[in-house]
Formats: sequence, structure tokens, C-alpha cells
Amino acid sequence: MPERRTIVIDPVTRIEGHSKITIHVDEHGRVEDARFHVTQFRGFEKFCEGRPFSEMPSLMARICGICPVSHLIASAKACDALLAVKIPPAAEKLRRIFGLAQVLQSHALSLFHLSSPDLLLGMDADPAKSNLFGVLEAHPELARDGIALRKFGQQIIERLGGKRVHPAWVVPGGVSDPLKQEDRDAILRDVPEALAITLRTIAWLKGILEHFREEITSFGNFPSLFMGTVKADGGLTFYDGKLRIVGASGAIVADGLDPARYSDFLGEKVESWSYLKSAYYKPKGFPDGMYRVGPLARLNVADKCGTLRADQELAEFHELQRTAVLSSFHYHQARLIEILYCVERLEQLLTDPETLSTHVRAIARPNALEGVGSAEAPRGTLFHHYKIDEQGLVRWANLIIATGQNNLAMNRSVLQVAERYVHGDKLTHGVLNRVEAVIRAYDPCLSCSTHALGQMALKIQLIASDGRVLDEVARP
Amino acid sequence: MSKPRLATVWLDGCSGCHMSFLDMDERLIELADKVELVYSPLVDAKQFPAEVDITLVEGAVSSEEDLHKIRLIRRRSKTLVSLGDCAITANVPAMRNPFPVQAVYDRAYLENATLAPSVPTEIVPKLLPYARPVHEVVSVDVYIPGCPPSADVIHFALTELLEGRHPQLSAKTRFGA
Repeated sequence: MPERRTIVIDPVTRIEGHSKITIHVDEHGRVEDARFHVTQFRGFEKFCEGRPFSEMPSLMARICGICPVSHLIASAKACDALLAVKIPPAAEKLRRIFGLAQVLQSHALSLFHLSSPDLLLGMDADPAKSNLFGVLEAHPELARDGIALRKFGQQIIERLGGKRVHPAWVVPGGVSDPLKQEDRDAILRDVPEALAITLRTIAWLKGILEHFREEITSFGNFPSLFMGTVKADGGLTFYDGKLRIVGASGAIVADGLDPARYSDFLGEKVESWSYLKSAYYKPKGFPDGMYRVGPLARLNVADKCGTLRADQELAEFHELQRTAVLSSFHYHQARLIEILYCVERLEQLLTDPETLSTHVRAIARPNALEGVGSAEAPRGTLFHHYKIDEQGLVRWANLIIATGQNNLAMNRSVLQVAERYVHGDKLTHGVLNRVEAVIRAYDPCLSCSTHALGQMALKIQLIASDGRVLDEVARP
Repeated sequence: MSKPRLATVWLDGCSGCHMSFLDMDERLIELADKVELVYSPLVDAKQFPAEVDITLVEGAVSSEEDLHKIRLIRRRSKTLVSLGDCAITANVPAMRNPFPVQAVYDRAYLENATLAPSVPTEIVPKLLPYARPVHEVVSVDVYIPGCPPSADVIHFALTELLEGRHPQLSAKTRFGA
């Protein structure tokens, strides 16, 4: 006797944060709806109140241990606006290097440590082996490459900032200390290996795409807007620029948007069933203003990367689809192309003698009572917005984080995958893992997005409308 | 003889301690030979298993779910380790403690929202009135301070624990390190 039921995947694993997925199935066995629920909340926007603005970069970095550098940079840029100073050119270059190193390490984490088990061992692999250690057994060279590439990024952060996670080096007005020549040289010595790893991983990923045709078709493959920051020449950037929005056809919808005026064109809706708000592009309204951010979006909006090898890969990437590249499965490839850009751009910046300058910080008292800072974090555009009083104490803060901007698309993607793969009363690991894998493609950082993080025990059940458990999967 | 069973858990933290764990880099490969990682955000095991030898806990106890989880984890772990300053002192999560929970919710979901301003209540776990250190809720066997503790410190502590010794960390790390 067919019945309506709800499937719960709790928690979603191998992502950065704590969430669950519910899938509602009607009496005919058809998926009616699916939702991605984020289940933590910490409240940074409130508890920073009353604290000196100069504490903000180090405090806000504690939102996230995966991309603390992005928070440091966006926060310090908001503080630069409060000081109303232009930071020294060397400081800007050093912050760029810092940001690139972090995008690289975070992307490596997403691809190798979290998603590679799905890509290498398959979506239907034994869940006991579907992890980095399983990859180490089955494909040790790829797992070692992942560890080495992430280490390359983390070591740059350590050499510049003194420690790998939560360095206090980025400050209002610039950075606290100049780059030492021996550290610069040490980083440059590691570039060739990082480049070699990146190139062979790109070749591997492109080689396996054909095994995932079905997933590519159903993993968040739908029209939406895409938003990212571009330089004045339309090139890819992670540090500074104007926002550009393109539509599904690839045509520009809005260009030259000032990130400081984000609230003019971006809105956030609260859903009663998630701590993660859903951002939307105001001129199109809700939910038509759904847009995606992060690697896929950045490569859809940018005219070019601006480095040789990354531009070659970008050209090939655009051949995937004549319009904007729509399938969220391609976040993986976009992430790798961005890693390639990071390696090339790091080398360019580090060979610029100005990065060794000792003029790295502008000192000033606050000269404005409100400031916005933005940056491209690994997962997309990040905004920090502060208001202070005459004493420099924070009175109000608003943060818009990348993952919230993908929330509408992630929910739509979960539904699309569920509609494609979930049928009847029987659940399999492979089916449920695909529902999770589409979330992994977005590499959501729930720590960031709700400014909190967690993890808990699993239950996947098919529950009939009368409450009877029709099927249950307990992962070991 | 089967390998010791290791688990890692995130409560209310930033994942920085887990990133520091991954910063052991190549030493992760040796670790994989010495222990079995039976539960962690990095693996797909979803149910916290029985009879875990060592559990590393990152983060403070901040929501009803954290509270439920940590009690279960304590019952199932032989050695429970508070990893990092948030687990040990509640640190950054505790910065919300001077504010009423409602005020913390209101900032995010009423003041800083464009559409449907309201505090989420379905499915999501409620925040407790205060974020608290792990040892205020369950007994803790080992403390590893730092924000986060470095990969070297985590590696040292795990090696000592696997050798059956209580790690002496006072010369190696400190609060805020």
C-alpha cells in the first residue's frame, strides 16, 4: 500500500559543517520536495557588539577554521574603510598572496579529502572505505598529492602569518609584518611540485568525467544566475574588484556592482526549517533571484583568468557548454582550474620585488563610522559590514557568507538528485550518497554560513505517514 | 590485535582544530596504520560507535543537540580529549553568553533579514542559554589547549596516548597558542 513518507539523511558527511537532508515522497513513490537543513548557529553578528573594531579580523577569523584567511581579509578591508586609509601597495600584494594560498588549500581539502572518494571509488562505494584513508589504500599517489597540495597552501599561510590556522597577521591598515626573503624563496622552491600535482589532477579529473554523465545531468544542472568579483579588465580575482552577475545564457545581467552597496541588490530570506538564510538577487525577486557563487560562478562570470595555463584550461572548461556552465558537478573542475590559477598567480606575485617591502601597514584612528569589506572566499563572495561608535566600539555587524548565497541552488540541487535517483520504498547507500555528493560539489562551509559548526550521529529512515518505519539504513 | 579506535567530533567550534589535525600532513599516513578512524566528519560513519578508545572533541557545548551528543560520546569513549580552547573554556562560543539567546537570534534572523524575518524553529536544535566547556557537562580525561593546538602538539598527544601515557603538554602549548 503506497504511502507518503519522509527520508532523512542525518548528518550529511564529508562536508564542512552540520546539516541534514529531508526528502518528501508522495503516495505514488514520487519525490515531492527535498530540503537541505543547516542546524547550527552561533551569533557572531551579535556578540561582536561592544568590542573594539581592531579585534574584528582575529575574532571574525574564528568563524571558520577552513577559510579563516578569507574572513581576516574581508574583515580587515571593512576596518580599512573605518580607518579611511589606502593600505600600502606591498600590504595589498601580501594579502593577495595570503588569500590565494588559502583558496588553494581549501579547494584541495574539498576535492581530495572530501570528494575524491566519490570520484575515485565511485558513488556506490562501501561507506566504510569512502574517505581519505580509503583513497590512501586504493590510490595512494592521489591521496599523497592531495596532502602535499593542501600542505603547500597551508605552509605559505604559516610562513607569512606565523601559524597555519588563525594567524593574526592581517590587520586594519595592512599586515603586521613584512615577508622575509628566505620565506619567499622557500615558497618559490615548492611551486614546481604544486604545479605538477595540479596539472596531473586536472588531467585525471577530465579523464573520469565520462563515467559521471548521469550525475553531470542531474547534479544541480539548471538555469540560475551566477555572481563573482572581477577585475576592471573582467579577469578573475579573489581580493578586490566589482561584482558581475551573468544569467544562464552566459550574458551579463549586471556589471560593475559596488560590493559596499551589497544591500541594494542582495536580499536574504529566512526559512523556518534552517539556520542558513537564502540569499537572492533583489531585482529578480525571490526565488527567481537564485544565484550561485564560488568556483563555478567565478569561471562563468570572468572573461579570463589572466595566467597562461589557467586560461588554457578555462577555454576548455567553456567548451563543456555553449551557455554558462550549469551543472554543479563541474564545481570540481572549476575548483581545480582555480588552484592552477592560484599557483601561477602566487609565483607572479612572489617574484615581484615589492612583496619584500617593509612598508606594510597604514596606521590611523577610525575616520568613518561604517565600513564594508568584501573578498572572494574559496566558496564565493564574502561580505563583512560593521558600524562603530565614536570610541571605535562595534555597534552592529552583518555578514553575508558564500554558502548562504548558494543555499537556494543547493536546495534545488538536492531536489533534482532526489527526483532522479530516489524511487519506491528501498533506499541504498549509493542513492543517498549521491544526494550528499551534490552538496559536496558546492563545498558548503556551514561553519561559515551560520557562523557555527557541528557534527552528529546518523539516522536514515523511510517513515510512512502513520509514523511506521518502512526502511532504515544505519551506516556503520 | 586490532588497532585502537579513534574518533573526532565537532561541537560548537570553527573546525580549526580539525584543520590542525589534517595539518599533520604525511603523518596522517602513519596514523592510518596505527589507528582506525571510526567516526569523524572526514569519514562516512554516521552513528557514533560503541567502544571507542580515544575521542577528540572540538568545540563547546552550545545547543541541545551538542548536549545530547556529548553525553552519548562520553558513554562510548574510553579516553575523552578536549581538543582546543573552545572545548576547554568555551572560548569564542561563550562570547554570546552575556547576551540573552533571543537577542542573538534576533540580530541574525529579524534585524539582518530581508524576507520572512523570524527565528527558525523547525528541525533545527535550540541554542542552550549558555555555551559551556565540555568538562562542565561530562568528565574529560585529557586537555589540549590552543586556538587551535598545532599539528605537532596534536601528533605528540596522540602518540603519547597510543603509548599508554598521559601527554605532558604544558611546555608545548597554551591557551590562545
